[in-house]
Amino acid sequence: MSIKVLYFASLRETLGYSHETLTLPAGVATLGDLRSHLARRGGVWESLGEGRNVRAAINQEMVGAEVAVADRDEIAFFPPVTGG
Amino acid sequence: MSVSVQEADFDVGVETQALSAGRLDVGAVATFVGLVRADKLSGEGSEVSAMTLEHYPGMTEKSLEAIVTEAQARWRLQGVRVIHRFGRLVPGDRIVFVGVASAHRGDAFAACEFVMDYLKTRAPFWKKEDTPEGGRWVDARDADDSAAARWEK
Repeated sequence: MSIKVLYFASLRETLGYSHETLTLPAGVATLGDLRSHLARRGGVWESLGEGRNVRAAINQEMVGAEVAVADRDEIAFFPPVTGG
Repeated sequence: MSVSVQEADFDVGVETQALSAGRLDVGAVATFVGLVRADKLSGEGSEVSAMTLEHYPGMTEKSLEAIVTEAQARWRLQGVRVIHRFGRLVPGDRIVFVGVASAHRGDAFAACEFVMDYLKTRAPFWKKEDTPEGGRWVDARDADDSAAARWEK
C-alpha cells in the first residue's frame, strides 16, 4: 500500500519534511497506526506520538485516528489550526 | 455561495454590496472582517511586526465550502461570501471576510458568527508571527474550540 503524507506549519519545520511517499508495512491499517508507525522513527518524529496535539486529514478531510488508510490516500498531519 | 483563498486584499464595500446586488428579497447583510492585530506577546513585551499565513491548498477551499453548506442547512440564507488571505500580512491588514445575506437579521447575524467559529477550528490555516526574537507559531486557543462547540446540536 502506497500513500502520500503531507506535513504542515510547525510540524513541517520540526520534521524537516513537507511531504513524502510511503509504502506501508502490513499491520498499519488506520490513521492512528500510521502515526505510531512514523513516531517509531524516533527523534523529531516522536512529535507525532501518542498524546501530542496533532490533527490529521485523509484526502483533505479532517478525521479521527480510527479511520482506515487506503492505497493512494493523501494523508496530512498538522497542528491545531489558527486561521481567521 | 462563493469562497476565495487568496494572497490579494479585498474590498469590503464591493463584497458587501455584491451580496444584495440585483435582489429585492435580501433584508439583512451581516459582515465580519478580521484584521492583523499588533499584539504584545505575553511576558515578552515585543510587538508583532508581521505574520505569515500558511494553508493547505485544496483542503482549505473544501473545508470553507463545507462550512458554508452547513450554514445554509441551518439558516435561510440568500448569499454567503467567504474570503481568507494567506502569505505575509502586517498589523492593520485584513485577513478574513465573511458576509451573509438573508431576509431577516437573525439568520444573518447567527450564520455569520457560525461561519467564523467553524472556520477558526476547521479551516487549515496556520499563523506564524515575526517578532524581534524570530518567527513564532501561534498556538490554537481553547476559547475557539468552545466557541465552535456551542453550535453543536
